[in-house]
Amino acid sequence: MFPLIREVESRYLRKDLPEFRPGDTVRVHYRIQEGEEKERIQVFEGVVIRRRGSGTGATFTVRKVSFGVGVERTFPLHSPRIEKIEVVRRGKVRRARLYYLRGRYGKAARIKERF
Amino acid sequence: MIVEGLIGRKLGMTRIFNEAGEVIPVTVLEVGPCTVVQVKTVETDGYNAVQLGFMPRKLTKFNKPMRGHFLKAGLDHGFYILREFRVEDASQFKPGQVLTLESLGVEKGIRVDVTGKSKGRGFTGAIKRWGFSRQPMSHGAKQVHRKPGSSGPSTFPGRVIKGKKMPGHYGNETVTVKNLLVAEVIPDKNLLLVKGAVPGWPNGWVMVYFK
Repeated sequence: MFPLIREVESRYLRKDLPEFRPGDTVRVHYRIQEGEEKERIQVFEGVVIRRRGSGTGATFTVRKVSFGVGVERTFPLHSPRIEKIEVVRRGKVRRARLYYLRGRYGKAARIKERF
Repeated sequence: MIVEGLIGRKLGMTRIFNEAGEVIPVTVLEVGPCTVVQVKTVETDGYNAVQLGFMPRKLTKFNKPMRGHFLKAGLDHGFYILREFRVEDASQFKPGQVLTLESLGVEKGIRVDVTGKSKGRGFTGAIKRWGFSRQPMSHGAKQVHRKPGSSGPSTFPGRVIKGKKMPGHYGNETVTVKNLLVAEVIPDKNLLLVKGAVPGWPNGWVMVYFK
């Protein structure tokens, strides 16, 4: 990888986002296009179960349980469509990828809080 | 454009976001600055063209005839690569003149053709080289999984037709990708970001042709 590519990417990176890790509960305000010329902000709140990639290609996955159904959404971390990210709660976990949450619900899917 | 194209170098791929927030896969090319080494005109050569050089290299690395060629252009160094590009009007150029993306007014949104040398893959089978389907992995298939299959009919015509797609040497050939969108231009770094892939390895030479 050429350093010049990192430099190109740095023009597209967002520096305004808060720091968060897997296990944290976040609220993602994502701008979505509804038809022509119509935009609204959708809030997706859940646990970050994965962060991957570097540079402009970095993404993170948020999992929530909605009406008893597990929903996971992957966002490009540096996307200009992300209006803001709020960290609701910091979690203490011992893994980088929290795929084990998929098999659990309720009490078993609890994450200890990190202070 | 006053010149057909410029010489560049492939740096690699990444992705960027456009105004709509969509992700675009791009190849980063370092294009120019290219120096005019020789001007060819209808009177002297029968056609109008400029010979451009890219990436300076010291004169001691060249043999005497090449050194003379660079000195004739009034340069104190040579170039790793020289390529010729057609021009409409040769009188606009003189040896030693430097061409960059900025001086040519290359802007984002235009379309370019990019020529490069594809990655050499050596002797490859028909599946990789021509996209043939493989044969079954089971149901009695034995040792034929990746073979090309039949090479043609039997007694009539009694030969394999010319041009039949077969295993052989693949890659390491000149390939042109046409109509690539220029996603971004970064003039101060001489960088051109084109949407999609271009042939060859990172650090490989590419020719960028403007429309």
